[in-house]
Amino acid sequence: MKRFWKSGDPFIWLSGGALALSLVMVAGLVVLVMMNGLGFFWPSPIARLTLADGKELVGQVVQREKIPQPGAPQGTPERYRIQVRVGNRDLYGADFVWVEEANIVRRDFPPDALLIERREWGNLYGFIKEVRDGERVVAQGSGDGWNALQTYLPGETETFNEIRRIEKREIGAINHAQEKIRLEIKKLGLRGPDGSPEVARLQQELETLAARYREHAASLAELRQSSRRSLVVSAAGDKEKELPLAQIVRAYRPDAMGLLAKSRLYLSRLWEFVAGEPRESNTEGGVLPALFGTVMMVIIMSLFVAPLGVLAAFYLREYAKQGPFVSAVRIAVNNLAGVPSIVFGVFGVGFFIYLIGGSIDRLFYPEALPTPTFGTGGILWASLTLALLTVPVVIVATEEGLAAIPGGMREASLALGATKFETTWRIVLPSVMPSILTGLILAMARAAGEVAPLMITGVVKLAPALPIDGFWPFVHLERKFMHLGFHIYDVGFQSPNVDAARPMVYTTALLLLLVVLVLNLTAILLRSRLRKKYTLSII
Amino acid sequence: MVTRAEAALAERRGDLSIKGSENGQKALAPAPSDLRMQDQTVGATTIMEPMIEIRKLSLKYGEKLALQDISLDIPKHQVTAFIGPSGCGKSTLLRCLNRLNDLIDGVQIGGTIRIGGIDINDLDLEITELRKRVGMVFQKSNPFPKTIYENAAYGPRIQGIQSRAALDEIVEKSLRQAALWDEVHDRLHESALSLSGGQQQRLCIARAIAVEPDVLLMDEPCSALDPIATAKIEELIAKLKKQYTIVMVTHNMQQAARVSDYTAFLYLGTLVEYDLTKQIFVNPSKKQTEDYITGRFG
Repeated sequence: MKRFWKSGDPFIWLSGGALALSLVMVAGLVVLVMMNGLGFFWPSPIARLTLADGKELVGQVVQREKIPQPGAPQGTPERYRIQVRVGNRDLYGADFVWVEEANIVRRDFPPDALLIERREWGNLYGFIKEVRDGERVVAQGSGDGWNALQTYLPGETETFNEIRRIEKREIGAINHAQEKIRLEIKKLGLRGPDGSPEVARLQQELETLAARYREHAASLAELRQSSRRSLVVSAAGDKEKELPLAQIVRAYRPDAMGLLAKSRLYLSRLWEFVAGEPRESNTEGGVLPALFGTVMMVIIMSLFVAPLGVLAAFYLREYAKQGPFVSAVRIAVNNLAGVPSIVFGVFGVGFFIYLIGGSIDRLFYPEALPTPTFGTGGILWASLTLALLTVPVVIVATEEGLAAIPGGMREASLALGATKFETTWRIVLPSVMPSILTGLILAMARAAGEVAPLMITGVVKLAPALPIDGFWPFVHLERKFMHLGFHIYDVGFQSPNVDAARPMVYTTALLLLLVVLVLNLTAILLRSRLRKKYTLSII
Repeated sequence: MVTRAEAALAERRGDLSIKGSENGQKALAPAPSDLRMQDQTVGATTIMEPMIEIRKLSLKYGEKLALQDISLDIPKHQVTAFIGPSGCGKSTLLRCLNRLNDLIDGVQIGGTIRIGGIDINDLDLEITELRKRVGMVFQKSNPFPKTIYENAAYGPRIQGIQSRAALDEIVEKSLRQAALWDEVHDRLHESALSLSGGQQQRLCIARAIAVEPDVLLMDEPCSALDPIATAKIEELIAKLKKQYTIVMVTHNMQQAARVSDYTAFLYLGTLVEYDLTKQIFVNPSKKQTEDYITGRFG
């Protein structure tokens, strides 16, 4: 027995076991998220359930679970219940119902059962009764109705998109210009008592803009007029619903679809998720703004954290006289990495937003006050806060890389008549590059997943515009933004309809993992290329 | 073959000496004879044309005295070896010659060292200029993690030579001088770390002579090499002394006997004996030297 312990085998088993456990946990997490996330886009069949009391339910079965029977005697048969997504929130009040399996008399999958993804009120389940054009009935019944729907839907969707385009692009531009002129007028008013000719000219411009706005408003009204086709759906429970076609995102009959059609639908829904705008308080639609915000924030943060961390590490290791003070600084830097992120968030609010942002507003944007420009949360301040949060990671990694460069390398360069700076620039910096990138990878991974400090420095539930757009100066660092991590929190735990939002939580989590993975892979590829270039045996 | 490269280097050096003499400062030219210190006698012989003159050199690391009152003249175009037991100060002495000890905190240096008549501890002398004149090869081969070509071209680049043609010439010439050209000429743009230990050390020699220094310092250049690689380096040293003044530190008594013309024996930071190598190994004048050479201590 003593020999067994001495042999060291138990330690090998222990360490191997620890590794295996970690791997299993990570793999389990990824698999769970992937299954729940990716499965969501697959159109599951619509079931029609006839219950013992004669009631009918139409919807998609979401999950099945055992009904707990506490205190039941041994041998009691197990009972199960299923959760059905019946949709039609506006008709029934709730999207989901629980049904005990024992109560189901009949379960079938009618091929003409229709699922409509609406722009508002969530999914609609039912059967087509008729398609109307204004008051006139165009088609009746499931068959004809379906064909009529296929004919009219693309046109209506196009009209809807046109309306959206005019609202966002054209009228958005007018609003932007109006706001600028208003600020200009206010600025002139601040400068002197009256710059009347200038103000008059600006007023004139405002007038033309208003005229243009009225034009657009008129064409909008016209477009809305033209879109008057609607669909009447009969839903389970003897309900009926008339729905304008413009309200339909997608309508399909999963029970009548083949594998190919389902796959196409899957890809279309997946694409909508990645590249679309959110709907229904983020519980439906896409996450593009959040994805964009996350990536942009991480990139801005990297731009700040890399030079700052690297320069600090160089000073600490190459120039500072090693002694108790430098050791203290080093310990402080290491400890900084352990400070809770919310503390950094509070600091960001106090220092960046109120102090620096407030000063910027007073100096450069006095005309907009009391509406803050930089004096409120924004992507720049969030990125800077995260840069502070992650700078110790970069410093530590760079310092370790510097320590690993053999002293002989520096001496050789100095002995050839190079100055200290030339040595640092030509020998030390290239050799330490892989370590710098390692630090940056860790920093980016940390920043992409951080939520708490962002919530108070500029992340919002729904940002009206992306931080990059077509209006001068194109990059708007003062804007609030959306973030995948916060999106998960918001959709999963702040949404009124948690059951409906759950798949979004998984898909968003999966996307966040993917973003981190892609960012890391890019940096790792870059690092391995650099390593090949500066092959150092010791790093 | 070497015209352009030599011209480039000579031009830089010319600039320098002109500038130096205008300012009335240290031009890197022979010192006036009144500045020459009294000739140092080495055993029975007098060194007529010393390249390096060391006078009353002492060095302290903090409180620890590492070198004590050392005076010796190192002749031009000869190989001088420093021998002695570990910790006797021979490497420290060597590193005084290109002021590499300056990098260490808390070093105090007393006495004077003149190389080519110029006091190297003069505050007006740019330390980088000194190091361009005094090349060094280290105990552990330390090529930069760059290509073979870039290693050899590093010194000239630092001096500001950018012309590709001139660099090509310098690289080829120095690699030929270091007897490495034939082995690497077809893979100049591969990593220097792919070379064998002996090749790496010869590359370091090539890198040091690419800037055409006057003096070449070698700190145990063969201690990490196998006998065949050592033999190659020794051969190389014998060839190089025609152009350079070589000062080497070695632990290997046979090597000192084989390679060097003059040998200095150091012990506990003092110079015990300095003479022609033949003299030292055949007929040492001090008992301590004899004991060390014959292996009775150290």
